[in-house]
Amino acid sequence: MKRKLESSEMIFRVISYTLLCVFSLLCLYPFLYAISASVSGEHAVNYGEVVLLPKDIQFEAFRRMFGDNMFWNAYSNTLFLTFYGTVWALFVAILGAYALSKKRLLFRRFFNFFLVFTMLFSAGLVPQYLNYLDTKAVFNSVGITDDKWLVVIAMGMAAMNIILLRNAFEGVPGEIEEAAIVDGATEFQVLGKVYIPMCKSTIATVALFFAISRWNGYFWARQMISNSNEHPLQVFIRLKLEEFTDPEAMAGWNEVYASDSVIYALIVCSIVPILIIYPFIQKYFAKGVNVGGVKE
Amino acid sequence: MKPRASDYLIYDEAAGVYRENPEQAVRDDVEKHAWRHVIMTIARDWRLYLMLVPMLLVFLFWRYLPMYELLGCFKVPDEVLPVSQQLFSGFSYFKRLLVGGDSMSAEFWRAMRNTFLLSFYGLLFGFPMPIILALFFNEIRSNIVRSTCQVLTYLPKFMSTVIMTSLVMMLVKQGSLTSSMGIVSRAMASLGLISEEVANAGLLNNPDFFRAIYQISGIWEGAGYDSIVYFAAIIAISPTSYEAAQIDGAGKMAQMRYVVLPSILSTIVIMLITRIGSLLNIGYEKVLLLYNTNTYVTADVVSTFANRYGLQGAQKGLAAAAEMMNNVIGMLLVISANTIARKASDTSLY
Repeated sequence: MKRKLESSEMIFRVISYTLLCVFSLLCLYPFLYAISASVSGEHAVNYGEVVLLPKDIQFEAFRRMFGDNMFWNAYSNTLFLTFYGTVWALFVAILGAYALSKKRLLFRRFFNFFLVFTMLFSAGLVPQYLNYLDTKAVFNSVGITDDKWLVVIAMGMAAMNIILLRNAFEGVPGEIEEAAIVDGATEFQVLGKVYIPMCKSTIATVALFFAISRWNGYFWARQMISNSNEHPLQVFIRLKLEEFTDPEAMAGWNEVYASDSVIYALIVCSIVPILIIYPFIQKYFAKGVNVGGVKE
Repeated sequence: MKPRASDYLIYDEAAGVYRENPEQAVRDDVEKHAWRHVIMTIARDWRLYLMLVPMLLVFLFWRYLPMYELLGCFKVPDEVLPVSQQLFSGFSYFKRLLVGGDSMSAEFWRAMRNTFLLSFYGLLFGFPMPIILALFFNEIRSNIVRSTCQVLTYLPKFMSTVIMTSLVMMLVKQGSLTSSMGIVSRAMASLGLISEEVANAGLLNNPDFFRAIYQISGIWEGAGYDSIVYFAAIIAISPTSYEAAQIDGAGKMAQMRYVVLPSILSTIVIMLITRIGSLLNIGYEKVLLLYNTNTYVTADVVSTFANRYGLQGAQKGLAAAAEMMNNVIGMLLVISANTIARKASDTSLY
């Protein structure tokens, strides 16, 4: 028999349902509004007639975006940075975390501290900037003149992700490794054939963290990439926003769509790929936070 | 440890004489060949150490070498010479910032205060929100409703800072002759929360609203995602605990107080330490993207101060000194928060 709910429980439940639904809708609303505003007509957007559903539908703002070569350029730059950045970061993190997970590693405490200290203290913007300038000079002198490689190799390494991986590797039972070694596996084979397959989901989570931070990277990309052809999407969007919300620059605007619609169209273009893959990666994202304990 | 004389000789009671301690000879041998042992171990496991190399190099080059540039805080700046060869100038930058008495010093103190206040309000308003959300999620029995709500509330976390700030800017933008104000400003004005003129001038141009916008957008962005960890702790509570409490006559509030809260306390403590640790380390990207000259009074934080003077201006040493003070205090905060938590509740991050 189902237990009758007490009145205090009933009230609490009703409040929970109401507030949660309201909060969820509030989370969603800005995105819906952006989509509607990006396809609404000039008058409707400029006079605030769009509230939820689009009005005077037009697709000219999107057409303008898609016709812009710089937009596609920025998109491909972001894909480049995300792909190579994630591969590089994963390569470094997996090897490092594997070595750190071994109890027989000498100076293990020192290496761990070496990592954790970077989470406690960072030098700050200016030293980082000077350091990247030096790195850029070194890269140029060895023939890497493409600033994209500077962003890929020098940025985005997070100690937290390495610690996540290390904890996962430590959880692999030692007997399996011993069995592999008895069968004649080398260190690299143990890593490739035992550890990586057994920690697949943590590796996916960490890869996702790296990829998201690469996809979203803005500040250093804007600082360090001097050639506007190499700007990633985030920098492109921000520059467009600065251009299109400047009232003086927009004074002579005369189109069937509002200048704001272009910004909304850009925002929509940048979140659609994430929305498409979101259902597939959501569980890894949720998993990541739960395994995130740092232990020395 | 230095060996003592008594380590070498032991008294043999049966024979009544002192003998050499054989164990100490072994210890001496190990001590003498300690480095050989290290080298042998490394040589045997060379693959393991090879794997460590890329990580160490990445962190050395791009995390630790910048710290070396911090020396610039104590040197006379020079365009040509590297930081190691510049002249030592003592603590002049720190003095200038802390007790300079000029407008720059005032600006630095303002940035310090804003940094602290933005983080403090984040702790006050932003920290409890995910816990409350998790409690609500736990109440929802229908799986479909719950997962829909969860998916929707996690969603803003996936947006980049640029997208998030662009949306915020558009939603509260100023009105002009040719276009009306942002929809959120309009809604607030028509609800009577703010006056029409204020809304029309753009909320982000008004220093009174910056902190509120910063916190609310922070909650919008992170509360759902941060609730995951608390929700996981809550669903791990055994149903028998609730039943026992109900039999004892506990209402909903009493159950919260005596069953749920103690069970998720360790999670809360861990999250609180992390939060306090990043208390002075607030995301400069978000402030940088949201603030403008009108809102420096409440929005300028230490890292944006450093960005303005060091990266856009030419006061590199001064800017680095400002941020270094901020980061050192931040580091001390996380270490002390961690120590207190370990003493008080056996829960700690490190």
